[in-house]
Amino acid sequence: MAGVAGGNDFQWCFSQVKGAIDEDVAEADIISTVEFNHSGELLATGDKGGRVVIFQHEQECKNRPNLRGEYNVYSTFQSHEPEFDYLKSLEIEEKINKIRWLPQQNSAHFLLSTNDKTIKLWKIGERDKRAEGYNLKDEDGRLRDPFRITSLRVPVLMPMDLMVEASPRRVFANAHTYHINSISVNSDHQTYLSADDLRINLWHLEITDRSFNIVDIKPANMEELTEVITAAECHPNQCNVFVYSSSKGTIRLCDMRTAALCDSHTKFFEEPEDPSSRSFFSEIISSISDVKFSHSGRYMMTRDYLSVKVWDLNMENRPVETYQVHEYLRSKLCSLYENDCIFDKFECCWNGSDSAIMTGSYNNFFRMFDRNTRKDITLEASRESSKPRATLKPRKVSTGGKRKKDEISVDSLDFNKKILHTAWHPKENVIAVAATNNLYIFQDKIN
Amino acid sequence: MFPKGTKRKFSDSGDEPAAGGEDVNQPSSVAVRMLSSYSLQRQSLLDMSLIKLQLCHMLVEPNLCRSVLIANTVRQIQEEMTQDGTWQIMTQALSAANAAAQCSADRLVATEVLCRQTEATQGEQVLKPFPAVGSEGCPAEEEVVVEGEGGVTMSTVSPQAPTSYLPGTFGMDPCWEEENGEDEEEDEDSEECGSGSEEGDSDRLVEDSRTAEQVFGTFEIKNPAPSPDPALEELFSDVDASYYDLDTVLTGMQSAPKMGPYDLLESLSSHGPSPLSSSTSCRSDLNELDHIMEIIVGS
Repeated sequence: MAGVAGGNDFQWCFSQVKGAIDEDVAEADIISTVEFNHSGELLATGDKGGRVVIFQHEQECKNRPNLRGEYNVYSTFQSHEPEFDYLKSLEIEEKINKIRWLPQQNSAHFLLSTNDKTIKLWKIGERDKRAEGYNLKDEDGRLRDPFRITSLRVPVLMPMDLMVEASPRRVFANAHTYHINSISVNSDHQTYLSADDLRINLWHLEITDRSFNIVDIKPANMEELTEVITAAECHPNQCNVFVYSSSKGTIRLCDMRTAALCDSHTKFFEEPEDPSSRSFFSEIISSISDVKFSHSGRYMMTRDYLSVKVWDLNMENRPVETYQVHEYLRSKLCSLYENDCIFDKFECCWNGSDSAIMTGSYNNFFRMFDRNTRKDITLEASRESSKPRATLKPRKVSTGGKRKKDEISVDSLDFNKKILHTAWHPKENVIAVAATNNLYIFQDKIN
Repeated sequence: MFPKGTKRKFSDSGDEPAAGGEDVNQPSSVAVRMLSSYSLQRQSLLDMSLIKLQLCHMLVEPNLCRSVLIANTVRQIQEEMTQDGTWQIMTQALSAANAAAQCSADRLVATEVLCRQTEATQGEQVLKPFPAVGSEGCPAEEEVVVEGEGGVTMSTVSPQAPTSYLPGTFGMDPCWEEENGEDEEEDEDSEECGSGSEEGDSDRLVEDSRTAEQVFGTFEIKNPAPSPDPALEELFSDVDASYYDLDTVLTGMQSAPKMGPYDLLESLSSHGPSPLSSSTSCRSDLNELDHIMEIIVGS
């Protein structure tokens, strides 16, 4: 794949936007996770209301080969409901924190969705045939009187309108005291891990009544707690390896073959702190909000508040690449601390060939970095630039005194419009960007 | 953080930096201003952090990561203040009851000004290193001119002036330890038992301030003086010290805070940080409401 910024590289165009246009956004409609499946055919979103919406990529029109197909709603279902923890007298939010697809093994699709406490395995299957001609019941379902049956017939499968059914196949509950922040399917396709603030559990997809605890960082005395787990992921091809990140900006790589309890890490990744930029907010902005392995499995990427870092798994003492997402916010940290924005958890993602990375920012801006050319681009997900196949114009935030035309000043940024969740198609240059309650889909312009 | 004794320089737009760090008794007026400005900033940050820790959404379990990060920030500030000697001064000054109520409103203003100032000084570090405040070098009162976009002028009190919602003797005060776990409607006016032991406690505090238990004991918010300020009284009237053990904070076992006092608190500070204006409904015990009403009516 070519690069991300202009020139003979790709140009990003608007494709679609999903969601209501209302200024008043219902809290339940806020998208909380976005994930393509392994083929890119399906795109799943989860929202704060506990619903999952799956979009399917339409077959491309043969008449218009320049136009990629659109994503249309494939299935919608209520994954999680709000619950009440009677022991603690606290509500358990139904917000979907993460969705992860299982690799497809038959005609049905499977995904894991999780809220703060419970993980569910959903099967999404298609039904386009219906059996007709039962012996024991009528077409409308009423039971026939057995004495009236004088002959037998074989039911025949008749075509029917396509129906997509989502059914919960497994419920993995009661294994997490703290809030689940990550789930990750293992490359063995049999197990997966789930991580909360203090513990990581390993599950078998078939077994719901128990799980293995593989990491536990809860101190004996909770008053000594200074660090929590913020994200975890399984290695894409080594089923014994996983990583987890912490609120202190460290990443630990663990090998499950070494011990049953992986409290001691195999590798420890931490960048030494720059003493000249130390402030009271240093620790908070170093907290890692997302960690993602590259598709190759050789690198991993971490997102902290102001930057994205690419790490070589063979080098623990510093990242190999660092990209500044919105360095202009460094002088605003106090305000961002006061309005809690400093605790926003941005995600990041790789493109299919690991040559580019993407992450979100404020004011509905999102950023892409080309690892080869070192070019970067800032784009905006907005209704204004949502004309069909309109090329997105690069945006710029002015940091100095003079603001050029078309630039936006730091003080004009809307910190309520944050892009926390983005996803990149595993094979093509198609991206999905969640802006509050709207899902934007952008594609490259095929020349 | 910064090793003790190292001369720390600060840079200001155009102003002459202070020469040395030790002698603050006869510094330039700029140095004095910057000293107290930094202390003020730090103080405001501490206040803000403590408020954030208290005001959690009570219906849903608070975010543990956020709580831990804020707690670490609080501890960091305390450690630095302990090194500066400011901490000891402050704990001693908590027995100066009358000043508590007067400066509380100023401190809320300081939070707002702090952030406005931060926005005005683009590209600058939020909290710059400053020469250490000598323990005897704490001026009683000073004017701080904040040159921001609005040209705000405010007069502040030195860090000596206590605030009623700063942690006091952090669990060392035997009077407060007794109150742990007791009925929350117990009278909070405990200054009669506090003043006597505060001297000794603050000494012990300085020594032990780095231990984790001590630090997280700071979550026990003290109201050492009968404050004439009704807003603060309401805010802390039914505070049970045990509620602020770190464990309970982090696992969300606190009782629901009341909305009434927070509206008042918000009106005092025009910056109104978002947690204060949270619209989640808080469950409140009928007894607690009655208690608050008594106070409102009483004052």
